This record gives sequence, C-alpha cells and structure tokens, in this order.
Amino acid sequence: MTLEIAGLEVRFGARPVVSIGDLAVGDAEIVGLAGESGSGKSMTTLAILGLAGTVGATVSGSISLDGRELIGLPDNELRHLRGRRIAAIFQSPSMAFNPVFRVGHMVLRALRLHGLSGSEASDRAAVAMREVLLSPSLLRRYPAQLSGGQLQRVAIALALALRAEILLADEPTSALDVTVQAEVLELLRDLRDREGMSILFISHDLAVVAELCDRVAVMRAGSIVEQGPADQIMSLPRDPYTAELLAAVPKIRTGPGQ
Amino acid sequence: MNSSDTMAGRPQAGRPPRRPLLEIRDLAVQFGPVRAVDGVSLDIAAGPFGLGLVGESGSGKTTIGRAVLRLVPAAAGRILFEGADITALGGGALKDYRRAVQIVFQDPDNTLDPRMRVGAAIAEALGTHRIVPRRLVAERTAALLREAGLDPEFASRYPHQLSGGQRQRVAIARALSVQPRMLVLDEPTSALDVRAQARVLKLIGRLRAERSLSYLLITHNFGVASELCEQTAVLYLGRIAESGPTAKLLSAPAHPYTQALRSAVPQVAAAARSSRIILRGEPPDAASPPPGCLFHPRCPLVIDRCRVEVPELRVVRPGRLVACHRAREVLAGAAMPHNAPGLAAPDGVA
Repeated sequence: MTLEIAGLEVRFGARPVVSIGDLAVGDAEIVGLAGESGSGKSMTTLAILGLAGTVGATVSGSISLDGRELIGLPDNELRHLRGRRIAAIFQSPSMAFNPVFRVGHMVLRALRLHGLSGSEASDRAAVAMREVLLSPSLLRRYPAQLSGGQLQRVAIALALALRAEILLADEPTSALDVTVQAEVLELLRDLRDREGMSILFISHDLAVVAELCDRVAVMRAGSIVEQGPADQIMSLPRDPYTAELLAAVPKIRTGPGQ
Repeated sequence: MNSSDTMAGRPQAGRPPRRPLLEIRDLAVQFGPVRAVDGVSLDIAAGPFGLGLVGESGSGKTTIGRAVLRLVPAAAGRILFEGADITALGGGALKDYRRAVQIVFQDPDNTLDPRMRVGAAIAEALGTHRIVPRRLVAERTAALLREAGLDPEFASRYPHQLSGGQRQRVAIARALSVQPRMLVLDEPTSALDVRAQARVLKLIGRLRAERSLSYLLITHNFGVASELCEQTAVLYLGRIAESGPTAKLLSAPAHPYTQALRSAVPQVAAAARSSRIILRGEPPDAASPPPGCLFHPRCPLVIDRCRVEVPELRVVRPGRLVACHRAREVLAGAAMPHNAPGLAAPDGVA
C-alpha cells in the first residue's frame, strides 16, 4: 500500500500549522517523520486519519492511498478505511484503552465493527497476540494489569488483526524503557518484513528514526526541511536544522579521548 | 558538545582521596510488601562530581534520590552527609540539610506554581532560607537567572510563558539560589526536546565546574550519564547490578544486564550500533522477586548457579563492582546470544 501526500495544508482558522509539499510512504517501506514538539508531526497524523476536523483544523491538498483520494471522503467511507486499512498507535497506549473494559473486549469490538463474526474475531485476535509475542490470555486482563510495553504490543496486534496495510506510529516508544523500546522497534521491523506493512514512524528521537527507518523527513514549524534515505540524512545532513538536531543527541563516550 | 564543556572540572588523577560528600550505606527502602531499594551503597565525592543512577522504570533509582532527600524513610542503612547520618535528623538540622541538598525534577511544571511569577518563585526560596537581605533579593534573582542562561527579564513572566527548557532552567536557578552543596537531578532533561536537552546538559556541566557541584543524576539514558557523570551505578529491581567509572562501564560492561541495556540505546551513527541484545519479558514483580540472581529470568547467560545463589557485589577490576556470577567471563568477552528468533516464550505464559 502506498501513501502519498501532496500540497497538504492544515490550518487553524487562517493560521497554517502544517504545509507539506510532498511525502510518500511506499509499499513495505518505513518512513520516519522527525521533528521537535510543535513541528506539526502529530497534526499530520490526524490529517491522514481524517481526524484533523475533530480538533478544529481544516485540511486541503491531497492525501491518497494507492491512488485513492482521502480528503473529502464521506465519514462512513473514512471510518471503514481507518482501522481496516490505516491503523494508528500512539505514545501513550494506556490512553488508547478504556480502563474499565478488559483489553480483549476492545480488541474484539474493533474487529466486529469491521465486519468479523464473533468467532472469527477471537481467532484472529489470538493469532495476532502470538505474532506480537504476547499470550492471548492477556486479552482477559484490564489495561492497568498490563505494562506499557505490553499494551503497545496489544495495540499493534489490533492493527495486525485488522490486516491494516499502513501503520501510523506516533511516538510509539517514547514512553517506554529503552529495553522495551528495542523490543517494539524489532517488532515493527518484523511486521514490515513479514507482512509487508508500510509504516509512517513519527518521532522526536533521531537515533530511533535512524535505526528503524528507510527514509526520513525532518519537519520544522509545519514544513519538511529535508527528506531522503535515512543513512544519507544521518551522515550528511544538508539542512542546518537537521545537523543541529543530530548534534544534540547525547553521545555515549567510552574513552577519555572521545 | 565536546567533553571539555560538560566534564570541566573533572577531578585529576593523583589527587589525594577525600572523604566523600555523601555516603549511602546498605540503604533499604520498603513500600508495603515491596523492597524498592535493597542493600545499596554508593559514594558521591566532593564536587565537581557526578554520579549517574541508571535503570529501567521500577529499578529504584528515583526512590534512592528521594531517600537521600529524606522524602521517603530508610527501612535500613545509613546516609552520611559530610560524615553525619541524616536518616534521623529533625528540626533545624533537617532544614539545614535540605538547604544543602536540592532537587530538580523531570517535569518543571510540577515544581513551579503556575500562578507565581518566575522571579517570585526564586525570591521565595531566597527568603525561606534567608540567603540575602530583602533589599538584595531582586538583584540576586536576576543574577541567578543570568547564571542559568536566562534573561533577567524572565523574572516578571509566568511559567506558562516559557518553553519547557526555559522552565527547567528556572527550576535549576531556584535550586541554586540556596547555595546547595549537592543536587539530586531526577531525569532533568527527559521531558525536553533534543535541542533543549543538549542546552540544559551543557548548563549543568558549566555549573558543576563554576560552583564545584556534586550531583546524583537519575536517568534512563546512558548518553546523559556519559556526558555528565564520572561514575555510574546500574540498578535492577532495587539492587546495584554494576557500578564504576562511566566510560569504562559503557565500553566494557561486566554485567549482562548493563550489556543489554547498553546495546538497546539507539544510535544515530550506524557504526556506533552494537549488536542488539533483546531482553525478553518484563522485570519480575518486585513484591515476589525470583530466588537467586534477580536478573536470571531474563538473563541470556543464565546458568544453574544463578537460579539459587544471590551474586554478591564484588570488585572485578579496580573501581568496578559487579553482582554477577559470570562477570569475569562477560568482561573476557563471553558470547551473548544476539536477538535469536523465537528466543523465549511469549509474555504472560505461565
């Protein structure tokens, strides 16, 4: 599945907050969208999900999935795409789960909303849980009984169970311990390799982006200042802002000479 | 940032040993059934000096910082500040101690009153401890803001008018206002954007040299410890897994946990990426810790001995303490299984 963004503008009233000339995520590609807080990364996610209107923003330009325009689609068609073909995971997985329902209740409800029968939904949820290295028995627990890393993996399992083709991952590891982060990054890479999932990975952490992504777009104040292959951006940034972000990452020194 | 900026004032080799400013001896902290900190001993040298406490959530690093500040009681052990035990201090002596040791939290929003102007927040600290006569408060406030790299005009602003990095500078200026001997820095930059983080780290590095500060730096980020701390202790479930000079500990970890944690740190430069060791599963429940080594259920190098015998923290090289039965093999380069597919059973499978 290919996601293409062209001439995208997101505005609050007259004030533009996102202005993207072009950005694409190819089939089975992982593209990083990097930038600091306030750079417009998350508004871009909302616009792709067709949810920018819910926070009072207006969207113009083009966002297309395999050539099909999303902007201007009626709500019911968008709802069908969202979840089914485009899935999203966020920084705080605990916010994505209602604390008073068992985790599995929400997973099964989402699957049934997208047309699966009860038994199909349970089967598929169990398979997806195993794919993210969790026991399906965790579906019987409440969100508070799972760790942040486990909840994030359940959120990814839901995307898998829905057979989503593109995953928007908005700072999905920023709230996790570094060991758990390594596990989730490995899982995302694996999803791309095995399932051919396309991933738009949004993060303020350039080191994480460097490790995971094939290509990177660096955002500042709503615009992309530079994009290209990850290796190239990380080793030879052309934009001074990218260079500044890279220089700011704390380095691990292992000797007095470094 | 080069090392001379942040590590300025690093103690020179060959200087005669001095009594540490703070000595933590066999500290234990208990929360109900959970022993959050268990038998931890650490030294913080007289400034300029930084000790990094590194570990995952639940490792006890923040609890140690709170025990040092007397915000949580010690269940056992002693904490000596300039040789005097502070665990039983009260009254005026406790107030003096709390002036000498200040804390900077992760989230400055929780320490700065949103209704109080920045200048008033700093003046309040100056007034509480009668640092300067009242007529000099405004002047001192301006000087402190300048020292923290802020325009003195910020005194008339409210916290919400400042960026996260600027608010953290204000929190640092306020902590410094009472002329502390030591700071507890609890994840001081983890809520900040990467550029703001770099600037605050640089500020801490400059202040440590100028004010000859000692600090306990609590962080989950080895990079931050590497920039600012001579010594680092790695904690796992309330105990020290390994401690030693930061650069040595990071270049040749002696505990498999340090090795895994180190390998999990994302690196911008492809060349700097070590082979990743993925730890399966989560740390065990602190209320029912496993027998033997606490790390053995996740350890890639586990042997039978680890399941029954608690490893003592012992010296493996000068200045380096490790609690692992296989530390010498790890240091000698014992092979770590890297990222083997299907390494472990899924989480939650009993």
